Amino acid sequence: MIEIKNVHKWFGANHVLRGVDLEIQKGETLVIIGRSGCGKSVLLKHIIAILEPDEGDIRIDGRSMFAMTPGEQDEFRLRLGMLFQGAALFDSLNVRENVGFSLYEHTKLAEETISARVKEKLGLVGLSGIEDLMPSSLSGGMKKRVGLARAICSEPEIILYDEPTTGLDPINADVINDLILRMQAKLKVTSIVVTHDMTSAYKVGNRIAMLYEGKIIGLGTPDEIRSSRNPVIRQFITGSANGPITNGTKKETENI
Amino acid sequence: MTRWGNLKRLVSVRSWLGHFGGLCVEFFEDAGGIALLFRDTCAHLFRNRIRWKMTLDQMNKIGVMSLPLVFLTSLFTGMVLALQSAYQLRLFAAEKFTSDLIAVSLCRELGPVLTAMVVAGRVGASIAAELGTMKVTEQIDALKALAASPIQYLVIPRFVAALFMLFVLTIYADCIGMFGGYLISVFKLGMSSHTYIKRGMDALMVKDVVTGLIKAFFFGGFISIVGCFYGFRARGGAEGVGRATTLAVVVSLILVIASDALFSAIFYFF
Repeated sequence: MIEIKNVHKWFGANHVLRGVDLEIQKGETLVIIGRSGCGKSVLLKHIIAILEPDEGDIRIDGRSMFAMTPGEQDEFRLRLGMLFQGAALFDSLNVRENVGFSLYEHTKLAEETISARVKEKLGLVGLSGIEDLMPSSLSGGMKKRVGLARAICSEPEIILYDEPTTGLDPINADVINDLILRMQAKLKVTSIVVTHDMTSAYKVGNRIAMLYEGKIIGLGTPDEIRSSRNPVIRQFITGSANGPITNGTKKETENI
Repeated sequence: MTRWGNLKRLVSVRSWLGHFGGLCVEFFEDAGGIALLFRDTCAHLFRNRIRWKMTLDQMNKIGVMSLPLVFLTSLFTGMVLALQSAYQLRLFAAEKFTSDLIAVSLCRELGPVLTAMVVAGRVGASIAAELGTMKVTEQIDALKALAASPIQYLVIPRFVAALFMLFVLTIYADCIGMFGGYLISVFKLGMSSHTYIKRGMDALMVKDVVTGLIKAFFFGGFISIVGCFYGFRARGGAEGVGRATTLAVVVSLILVIASDALFSAIFYFF
């Protein structure tokens, strides 16, 4: 279980997270929705301890990664996998070395075993036979899927997805949605998905949380979110230009 | 703001003091950050294994690929040094001391400093740009997420390679510089080949060579750590990477020159 307790984060004068509280059950898929720049990716980076909260704590199975030594932290991190927004593939390594990075680094598996595992994971994301290509020769969508293969390669218990379907065509987006569902059904993986894509959110999420102005303002099953009466949630899920979220922005644009 | 307001701001003591204070804070922040990165790098260096494959790759990038540039710089420096010193020494009929002067000034001072400046411009910039791009494209975060330490994976290979290669490049620069001086002294100033080599070797003491190489060792450390520090601190896309690269080169050059003055003073007295 992941417990996020009263997490605050400042970047200079910008108070990005203003007391986030969330609990994610084992084997659950939680989708976090919210506008661009509202701190969704920052929250994910706190969960994997790339960023440290200024206040509050995050506990995974009762243990806080922020209280660990760097060595313990790295060992603990192997239980987590993360897909980054821009895929974040290592430019200097080919696809095989990228996907199998944690196996090459942290295990003593034979080269053939790692290659077979990499091939299998690439097959899962619909990309076979590209092991020897460099990231620079891949399209944006392919990079994203290679990034996903890298995140699941070490078979982690918890996977964090930062906008997994952004930049993909609708068919590949659905392939990724199915993959997230399969990972949950077969391996009982706990997933946290940050997305703007409401189709994907409704499909993969057991619960959906909305982050707005640094706080969770709504949490519920996809049906509960869909029928929410909260005007902020309603505006976001319907994708309307008019509503409480854009009131400030609208006034500014009207003056142009 | 009105023209009067702008003028008031320009002559405002408070705004100048604020600006100066900001610069001071920035200076101490950077100095502290560089010192902490150096401490962490040393701690990792003794605690973890060195990745030799990556280190050799960096040695190639930092050292071998700098050879042509170091060759040209030191060859011309040696030639200019021979011409300028002969021009001055002729006034005292002491032209035969040209080779002494070239050998000592190259090994003690010009060899290590010029090599460090060339490497700071070429390698310091490339380290900062490479790591800065990795930072803004979240590759450094991805390394952490995959339980790999960016210091062990990125800094240590560059640090070890720079320490070793600056040392080697300086020896190379000393030799090439003396060869440049030889070309001018023998073919232009009419000194015999034997005299040039004999006088140069007699004038050089082990201390001259060793102090130059000690400097080179430190310069290598400064250039790599400063490049990595500004690369890690880059943010905000292409502009941020450009700023990081400029800062890395400027700060490395200042550190090389300032520490050279300090080392020269220490070696002078001890």
